[in-house]
Amino acid sequence: MTLPADVIEREALELDRVWSDRQGFWGWLTTTDHKSIGKRYVATAFLMFVAGGIEAALMRAQLARPGNTLIGPDRYNQLFTTHGTTMMFLFAVPIMTAMGLYFVPLMVGARTVAFPRLNAFGYWTYFVGVVFLYVSLFANTAPDVGWFAYPPLSGPEYSPGHRVDVWAQVVTFTEIAALVAAVNIIVTTFKMRAPGMSLNRIPLFVWAQLVVAFMIVFAMPAVATGSTLMLAADRAITMHWFNPAEGGDVLLWQHVFWFFGHPEVYIIFLPAMGFITPIIETFTGRPVFGYTALVLSNITTAFFAFGLWVHHMFATPIPEVGQSLFTAASMVIAIPTGVQIFCWIATLWGSKPRLTVPLLFVLGFLFTFVNGGITGVMLASVAFDKQAHDTFFVVAHLHYVLLGGGVMPLFGALYFWFPKVTGRRLNETLGKWHFWLFLIGVNLTFFPMHILGLNGMPRRVYTYLAETGWGTLNLVATIGAVTIATSVIIFLIDVVMSLRGGELAGDNPWNSSGLEWATASPPPSFTFLHTPFVTGRHPLWDVKDGLPVVTGLSTRERQVLVTTTVDALPDYRHSMPSASIWPVYLALCMGVVFIGSIFSPYFVLGGLGISLLGLLGWGWSGVGERQEERVALPDGAVKVL
Amino acid sequence: MHSAFDPHSPQARAVAHLWWSMFAVGGVIWIAVIVAMLIAIARRGDVDFGGRKRGLTIFVAGTGIVLATFLAYDFAVGHDLAKRGAPTLTIGVTGHQWWWEIEYEDLRPSQRMVTANEIHVPTGQLIEFKLRAADVIHSFWAPNLNGKRDLIPGYASSQWFQADTPGVYRGQCAEFCGLQHAKMAFLVVAQTPTDYLAWRTASAAPHTPPADSIAATGLKVFLSSGCPLCHTIAGTDARGTVGPSLSHLASRQTLAAGTLLNTRANLMGWIVNPQALKPGVHMPAIPLKPAELNAVVTYLETLK
Repeated sequence: MTLPADVIEREALELDRVWSDRQGFWGWLTTTDHKSIGKRYVATAFLMFVAGGIEAALMRAQLARPGNTLIGPDRYNQLFTTHGTTMMFLFAVPIMTAMGLYFVPLMVGARTVAFPRLNAFGYWTYFVGVVFLYVSLFANTAPDVGWFAYPPLSGPEYSPGHRVDVWAQVVTFTEIAALVAAVNIIVTTFKMRAPGMSLNRIPLFVWAQLVVAFMIVFAMPAVATGSTLMLAADRAITMHWFNPAEGGDVLLWQHVFWFFGHPEVYIIFLPAMGFITPIIETFTGRPVFGYTALVLSNITTAFFAFGLWVHHMFATPIPEVGQSLFTAASMVIAIPTGVQIFCWIATLWGSKPRLTVPLLFVLGFLFTFVNGGITGVMLASVAFDKQAHDTFFVVAHLHYVLLGGGVMPLFGALYFWFPKVTGRRLNETLGKWHFWLFLIGVNLTFFPMHILGLNGMPRRVYTYLAETGWGTLNLVATIGAVTIATSVIIFLIDVVMSLRGGELAGDNPWNSSGLEWATASPPPSFTFLHTPFVTGRHPLWDVKDGLPVVTGLSTRERQVLVTTTVDALPDYRHSMPSASIWPVYLALCMGVVFIGSIFSPYFVLGGLGISLLGLLGWGWSGVGERQEERVALPDGAVKVL
Repeated sequence: MHSAFDPHSPQARAVAHLWWSMFAVGGVIWIAVIVAMLIAIARRGDVDFGGRKRGLTIFVAGTGIVLATFLAYDFAVGHDLAKRGAPTLTIGVTGHQWWWEIEYEDLRPSQRMVTANEIHVPTGQLIEFKLRAADVIHSFWAPNLNGKRDLIPGYASSQWFQADTPGVYRGQCAEFCGLQHAKMAFLVVAQTPTDYLAWRTASAAPHTPPADSIAATGLKVFLSSGCPLCHTIAGTDARGTVGPSLSHLASRQTLAAGTLLNTRANLMGWIVNPQALKPGVHMPAIPLKPAELNAVVTYLETLK
């Protein structure tokens, strides 16, 4: 049975009135639409990628030749610390979770995320952290002790002033934002999937986001505790956590930091793996080989990721037997990653895929990432790591992993989903220039660093002597950095041009299979007119004559369908809260608490005091309502549109 | 002369062998993946699903075998590196921001000796380094001779190696330690046991008051300026321990922890304006008149 066109038009108008934001700045500021927030999250995080890239380019300029005096040690140390902090905390993790916050609801057929206001709060908290770090950089108070901030160097005795405090609090902002995003993704995935999307039909993109959200829940509290309760407390109120003279322990910090820091790598990497599967499926036109193996690989990787942290500490006096356990775990984690790569190549095998830009980036990922994975296995060896640790070899390894395993799939994903988000396609020709220059640039920059590292060049040096013979390879690396910068500029030009006059995309420009392609591009404020009904893993490929849908949600309020966790059977209807200023207000209160805490503990009390007002306002205004009467799934509720 | 690719000790050689084996196997795997990827996208044709499932099983088993082999090899090398006889010589290495304090232990107090930034060792003998940090974390690393080991406040750690052949091997701090982490290098001078003993005897020799009148003036200037507050010259009243010991300074090859060659011009430049050469270094500029500077440098050059 098909609904008449006039009914559809009326329902769409009513839904748009209920779900869309007010016009103008106020509407922009107070929105709780996960699509608006997702877009600005991705845009802000990408801006941070550009900022971190500019810092990297400055460092490469300084290192281009021996004894260069372009940038002095004080500025250089701020630059490399800000580069690492930006790329890890303000670019990589936020952009991966932001992709989830935008697409998970679309892919599971939901109209919004589980906690829309919390989502807005998370973004604004992150935004305060971004502004704080960059104001500090221009005020010459950016952190200068590395993104890992090892005490005692980061302690009150060896880093007086506020530079390290800035680092500790920037971390706190991003931890809160990440935890908020994780909670949202977990509940959205478990409770808001379209009817029929049982656990074994969840798209792999969403599986990756779900697994990573759980990793965030376990990993982030470690560094939040370390940076806020321990390091900041050592600095502000002399707690002596890390002061050996008072019974503290400097290695404790390294354990706390890397217990977070190693899972962090997989928190960046697994969402990228989630981008790859739909891209490969789309351009080969076939379902991925080994769905179950891929899901289990994600989960196994997440477990092992928490058992590797000591491989960052092989040069410390941890006993050999203890280290060998972490060597074994660091090697074993290569198996689930290898399984994923096998499944993708097995899917590509004999498919003669369409070599579009998103797929090119996936192939670039395989080319680059496998190299980084192999050096990763090498670094798991304690004996070898003691030579390579803290040298440019590790710089090469981590950039092969993160640029190859994180940024290349991300660029593929941006080309792939840009039409959905904006309604316009990116330019394929510029995209190919972007891809090839980026691939060449990454390898030109980072391959020589393997050799430099084993030739004795330590990390985090602002200069080196000509006698060391490191000049030539450093110059090559700098030329590579220029190539990367060129490719990113091409991408930015492409984005600007395509936003203004790119080819119109239509609902499903790639003939892809996920639910996100079942709605308009860009999606309307209410995303789906009717909640889709899912009968397989590839909703748009499984049905040939239109997607079945569920009706019965109100068009007069922001109502969503809550389903059961395992089988995604309809459970009840739930009303979502309206737009609100209180998330922004509370994020600013967090700013007062954390930034103020650097200067005086009274800011903490005051900030918490004024945030009570925010909590009251949040709780009182337009909250969601649970409607207890259960909706069944009668035959009549499933309609063919 | 500063590379893990060029091992000059049994320890560094074992690690280099491990590296080259992993490099060969890893290289083959990398090429195999790229070739598989290229074949995958170049051909058209359907492969049966059962074949792929078998392939996955074989792939997992193969990966497991390669990793287990790496693991066994790594444990064997690690075991060999950890297993060692009694060292014939123990040298204390203390990391400071941004220089290395080197202490030769000896049961005879007169033979105990403190120097800086340059470690002389006899070849063919196992040397143990007792590592300590005076301020922040540093890392002791001479890649031709062995891997690195962190110097951590509150922890005692050690590293060891046995140099095969005489030579000068450069090392550098590998753990970020602040402003001048980049200029915190040292030299390991491996000498035949005979040469080493000669150096050791000369370096433990007592201070001889300068005979030359300019040098004698230099010693006076040295003692009456700020120098002795931080530096020691054994046998004089200069007993500061904040900066590196200057005993037998003239016998060293470099200045300022491997930053400059030890020449008269560099030494003068360093004393007059260390901040220009190593910004942030804890040594202040010493305001000396040209004649005084000349005298001090002449004196320091007598400290063979």
